[in-house]
Amino acid sequence: MMVFDKLNVIIAGVGGQGNVLASQLIALAAVEAGYEVTVGETFGASQRGGSVMSHVRLNSKNSLGPLIPKGMADVIVGFEPMETLRILGVYGNPRTKVLVNTRPVYPIKVLAGEQVYPNLNTILQGIKEHVAIMVSINATDIALEVGKAVVANMVMVGALSGTGFVPIKQEHFLKVIKNHFGEKLLEMNEKAFFLGLNNVVQRIK
Amino acid sequence: MSIDSVKIEQPGKKVLLTGNEAIARGAIEAGMKYATSYPGSPSAEVLDVLAKVGNPFGIYAEWSTNEKVASEAAAAASFAGIRSMTIMKPDGLNVAIDFFTSLAYSGINAGMVVVLGDDPSAHSSIKEEDSRYLAKLSRLPILEPMNIQEAKDLTIKAFELSEFIGLPVVLRGVTRICHASGLVTLGDIEKAKAPVKAELKEKFLCQPLAHPELEQKVKKAALWAENNNTIEYSGPANAESIVIATGPCALYAKEALIELGLTDEIGVLRLKMSWPLPDKTLLGYLKGTKEVIFAEETDPFIEEGITSLVAYHGSEIGPIKFFGKRNEYVKGPMGAGIGELNTDILIDTLAEIKGIKRPDYSGSTASCVEHVCGSIPLRDRAFCAGCPHRASYWAIKAALSLDGNNGFVLGDIGCYAMGRGPTGYNMLSTVHSMGSGVGLANGFGTMQRFDFKQPVIAVVGDSTFYHAVIPALINAKHNSAKFLCVILDNSTTAMTGHQPHSGSVIDARGVDAPALSIEKIISGIEIPYTIADPYDVNDTIDVILAKLPEPGPKVLILRQECVLLKSKVGKNQKMYIDQTLCLGSKCGCGDLCSRAFNCPANINAPEQGKMIDQALCVGCGVCATLCPTHAIKLVEGS
Repeated sequence: MMVFDKLNVIIAGVGGQGNVLASQLIALAAVEAGYEVTVGETFGASQRGGSVMSHVRLNSKNSLGPLIPKGMADVIVGFEPMETLRILGVYGNPRTKVLVNTRPVYPIKVLAGEQVYPNLNTILQGIKEHVAIMVSINATDIALEVGKAVVANMVMVGALSGTGFVPIKQEHFLKVIKNHFGEKLLEMNEKAFFLGLNNVVQRIK
Repeated sequence: MSIDSVKIEQPGKKVLLTGNEAIARGAIEAGMKYATSYPGSPSAEVLDVLAKVGNPFGIYAEWSTNEKVASEAAAAASFAGIRSMTIMKPDGLNVAIDFFTSLAYSGINAGMVVVLGDDPSAHSSIKEEDSRYLAKLSRLPILEPMNIQEAKDLTIKAFELSEFIGLPVVLRGVTRICHASGLVTLGDIEKAKAPVKAELKEKFLCQPLAHPELEQKVKKAALWAENNNTIEYSGPANAESIVIATGPCALYAKEALIELGLTDEIGVLRLKMSWPLPDKTLLGYLKGTKEVIFAEETDPFIEEGITSLVAYHGSEIGPIKFFGKRNEYVKGPMGAGIGELNTDILIDTLAEIKGIKRPDYSGSTASCVEHVCGSIPLRDRAFCAGCPHRASYWAIKAALSLDGNNGFVLGDIGCYAMGRGPTGYNMLSTVHSMGSGVGLANGFGTMQRFDFKQPVIAVVGDSTFYHAVIPALINAKHNSAKFLCVILDNSTTAMTGHQPHSGSVIDARGVDAPALSIEKIISGIEIPYTIADPYDVNDTIDVILAKLPEPGPKVLILRQECVLLKSKVGKNQKMYIDQTLCLGSKCGCGDLCSRAFNCPANINAPEQGKMIDQALCVGCGVCATLCPTHAIKLVEGS
């Protein structure tokens, strides 16, 4: 696993996908891994179907502001394909590593027929062409196998662990997941984490 | 990040906290015992945390009915010798301002801290408001933390200052403090467990004679600022150019200077206290400086204070060129004084001032969206799948259309403010402050003598009803204002994170509390009311149509629990589309379910055709009622 002086991670998606919790767990796991961490995010109104992103900044010393400047994302964890492309255009660079959930969440104007959602394969191919590496996963379908769409966030956290894009060990992720969830929900979320992790590990071996 | 971290009793331990959690921790370490709030983003979680962890520390915490009552209750605790805290967003300070301008004159006893959560860029607000002007109007000194550690540390300092001058002190967070997270070194909370006794021993009267004493207290606060290291400088000695910053803008400025390679040339002077200013210390730094760049959110508050200070001392400190909002050098994405700042904006600002080029990190990736698909659709905020508000607005829209008299809808703040957007069918004609739709309806409802004939509907949430609507309904009853007040009762304060309110069966701490019935209050005002289920769209339309022409004020309570709360408790029902019954584009319904009803779970994708997104559907069944061919059905056993 690589060691970094600083690492800028963006978690992007749509309100209601559980990406705020995912970013919190990634941040807590980074603390377990010995990093100073700053997180910038918005919640509240943005949770209602809008574009949502969290900036998680790992650093050797805690002097960073909560927002990542343009073009300086090292890793983008995209919970939704179109949002991943949107964020990539602002914060990405040719060295950025991307993990993307392939399941689209259609904006209201697309559902209403006023706008068109770009072709999914075009989006994924396009992301791939503009970054160092892209790993895709249908986290939502995997989550539905576990039982609830909302655990797609843990599938993504597991997948992130599997990619090795962040200098955080599996045991650090598992520790914070265990601390966060009560007994009732832990099993389902751990299962989701490992399904995400194994799915990615098998494919990028 | 984790509420449990807030109560850890290990001084020196470093934990990851949100700004709101850090403020709560600071309050606990400072021995604060009495906290009140009305929920508002971005500062709502401070009281959430205090209510959940405060009991072992003897802390009383309540969700108050509104910010004015919250402030008054917290002041009472201060009068009685108990350190207190009240938490609100700028809209709340507007509500409480009458009390605060009076409280300045009476003064206080034990330390009282007012946490203000400003929301530059209005991420979770209907407007951006720099609350520092109202704080200054009320003579409340203002402390502004730069990061999460300081959110805790300055909270403790705020209590000391408050007691030193005998006035409440503002701790001003912004969204990038309140909702951000960082590592915090915990302090001692052992002492915080000691019991305290409340007793009123003196008088607290607001009277004009107290004004000279108040202004003396302000001078004392400025002196405190001089003696308590409220100014921090980092950068080269004798720098000719400095950035003067408050709050997180100081971090943005430092990072911008690093990225531009200007750290040997430009220093950063950070003000932890933005009002009143420590004039003497400031002038010491300004002497010999040739250029000053201001970095603060949102309005030019310290910019006005410092340029005015320099105007009085120009001959001593020499000429300075200022770069700020007044001359539009420092500006947000939409102009000077509009929107929050960030490192990017300050990189651009400093590059422009210094005449250098900003580094390009993005390379070809910057144009990836254009390369891949030209442009991508924006994502409007939307009611959740199955949200009862969508059904309510559908019924209101249908009823007003059937009524045919150009009726309109007045709204206010809350999830249902999204009634102005596509998922509320753009139904709202007005949106202002808490309860103001009903106040405006009072006006429209008494304009009959001006030949005003349009039917008027005011929508309010249940929490808003208790906060600000009751006086407006009393006014309506007494003056026979003709309108229909629709209370969208989803049993919670949804937008800010599902806090309980005066109608809830539990209080902030989760303890059983008497729930005030909306219908009993309305009965007391003697306004006729009906209760309906918004999911039963057809019944709701009939009720609205029947009520609209009736004289005077009327109330319709549309009661259905917030789906986010419901989803937390159990498994939801699911709907599906029976493809043998759906006629698709041949139906003539105009894609009613996907195109008109605007529920994110009703998909009409080019490849898949019409379908219900099983990941989103909560089985409210409203789309099934609307479908003319009855093709939408409940998944058996779901």
